[in-house]
Amino acid sequence: MSNAVGKPSHVRWAIYSRAFFGLMQRDLRVLTREIVPFVIRVAMNPLLFLFVFTYVMPHMTGGSKMSPVAGMAAAGGGGFGTVLLPGLMAVAIMFSGIAAVALPLAQEFGVTREIDDRVMCPLPIGAVAIEKIIFSAIQSIVAAAVVFPLAYFIPSTPVLAHVSSWWFLAVVLVLASLLAGALGLTIGTLVQPKQIGLIFGVVIVPITFLGCVYYPWAALKSIKWLQLCVLVNPIVYISEGLRAALTPSTGHMPAAMILTMLVVFLALLTWIGLRGFANRVIS
Amino acid sequence: MSESIVEILGLRKVYNGKNSVTAVDGIDLHVPAGLIYGLLGPNGAGKTTTISIATTRAIPTAGSVKIAGVDVVAHPALARRSIGVVPQFNTLDRSCTVAENIYFHCRYFGLTKTEATARTAQLLDQFRLSDRAAAYPQALSGGLAQRLQIARAIAHRPRVLFLDEPSAGLDPQSRIAMWEAVQGLRGEGITVVLTTHYMEEADELCDRLAIIDHGKILIEDTPAALKASIGGDKIYDLRMRGVRDSGILKRNLQTIEGVTRVEVIDGGLRVLARAKDGLLAKVVTMANEFGLRDLTTTEPSLETVFIRLTGRDLRE
Repeated sequence: MSNAVGKPSHVRWAIYSRAFFGLMQRDLRVLTREIVPFVIRVAMNPLLFLFVFTYVMPHMTGGSKMSPVAGMAAAGGGGFGTVLLPGLMAVAIMFSGIAAVALPLAQEFGVTREIDDRVMCPLPIGAVAIEKIIFSAIQSIVAAAVVFPLAYFIPSTPVLAHVSSWWFLAVVLVLASLLAGALGLTIGTLVQPKQIGLIFGVVIVPITFLGCVYYPWAALKSIKWLQLCVLVNPIVYISEGLRAALTPSTGHMPAAMILTMLVVFLALLTWIGLRGFANRVIS
Repeated sequence: MSESIVEILGLRKVYNGKNSVTAVDGIDLHVPAGLIYGLLGPNGAGKTTTISIATTRAIPTAGSVKIAGVDVVAHPALARRSIGVVPQFNTLDRSCTVAENIYFHCRYFGLTKTEATARTAQLLDQFRLSDRAAAYPQALSGGLAQRLQIARAIAHRPRVLFLDEPSAGLDPQSRIAMWEAVQGLRGEGITVVLTTHYMEEADELCDRLAIIDHGKILIEDTPAALKASIGGDKIYDLRMRGVRDSGILKRNLQTIEGVTRVEVIDGGLRVLARAKDGLLAKVVTMANEFGLRDLTTTEPSLETVFIRLTGRDLRE
């Protein structure tokens, strides 16, 4: 191999980008081989959620009274399905980030030490971690796309979706998906591999239930302290961003605030994740 | 001596923590291109840390490492193009098949699809892994997994291959197969740097050796020269009934022609001598009068060299 030090920077970038795309190709090969488990993983949660809350419960006697946000949904127009569509997409995006980055990292840092091989690529260490975020983001977007037809066909009351700006939707979707990957990287590098099982109880369940997934943020106004507390949860901005882009009739945060906070959390979690990654692989 | 492919200068590594540990304490090393070079020392001597720094996976506290002229601390990503690594543990990609492990490694290093496919087929053949190409690494025995790791590590044609304890956990047969694979790399112009704490491995495989202990290089030479430094081709350990008058016996033994040195050891004396007919008989006759109980004959090994340098056994 020739000595590339001192060569023009485009030679270096060619080396780096080939390594980067090599890693992407490897991940794509592994993902396509496990496409069935992947689809089951991303579809099962929204499928059952929509089925139980927007199909089964409305068919029960008095089921509408049991529906947690019946009044709220009625006020905003559309059924609970309209509230759930952006929320379940947010969960799908977030969970893909965990499943695509945090869980594999726990294995690669743990017993197998497979990461040592990936780190030996002719690529700056940080780029190996960035590749994981980007590949996870692609999976998140696919996962979000899977939710959409489910939410369209399952609920007994039709979902009121209305996209006024496709650009806004695209930007929210991309930022949210990258954010989920960065969250996965942060969790995967900060949590000890042995304790990765705990993150479901300690991290994922709380950020989902307190992430404005099953209710719009504006509807928390009657519990002011909670409405303020959930602002530190990045999932809130994913849910609210998708709500603003897809189902604006249920009410949502201001678009500028959503985009700003998505960028802030993306930068913060990427920074923490990259530091954690470097600490793990370089001694 | 030809050009140094690995140049280590004043290397130090201190791990800070509750008890800070100096793993590498001022190592200088020049590995000439084309050799199989061994770092021999007990566990914890600093061999793995040295290799970790040289392969960009650890940052030195002081000093520098250049691989093929590239500073590994300043340009880690580019230095990796000249480096192949087989770490102590199995780092094969469990989600990819045997062939894919090599194929994607080639892709990471910029080979085109056609080149990577051809190189994969060639390496599978060279390392006799073709019939396992579609298997997953979990299904491989320790010896096969190790061969695959070596095949993968050299897939991008690095200038230097680092092997960290390559025979740890291998059965004797796999070890010999691994040695053959490593010796086969000579013909490809790949310099090999390996760490080991097996004397036989160092002796059998390496062209030159550095003996390391407590983060320092104690001596560096060819295995033959290191063994010759002991000062004899035969070592007779005499076990005596008592050690009284051993001073007289020692002086007497030194007068025998061919004896190069006599040392006091635990429970007796050690005689270093050149191989010579009749010498053993003279030693036995002389020692018998002083209460010789037992005698063992050995030839100098790297183990003897290590004990002489450190006063300890390599396996301790």
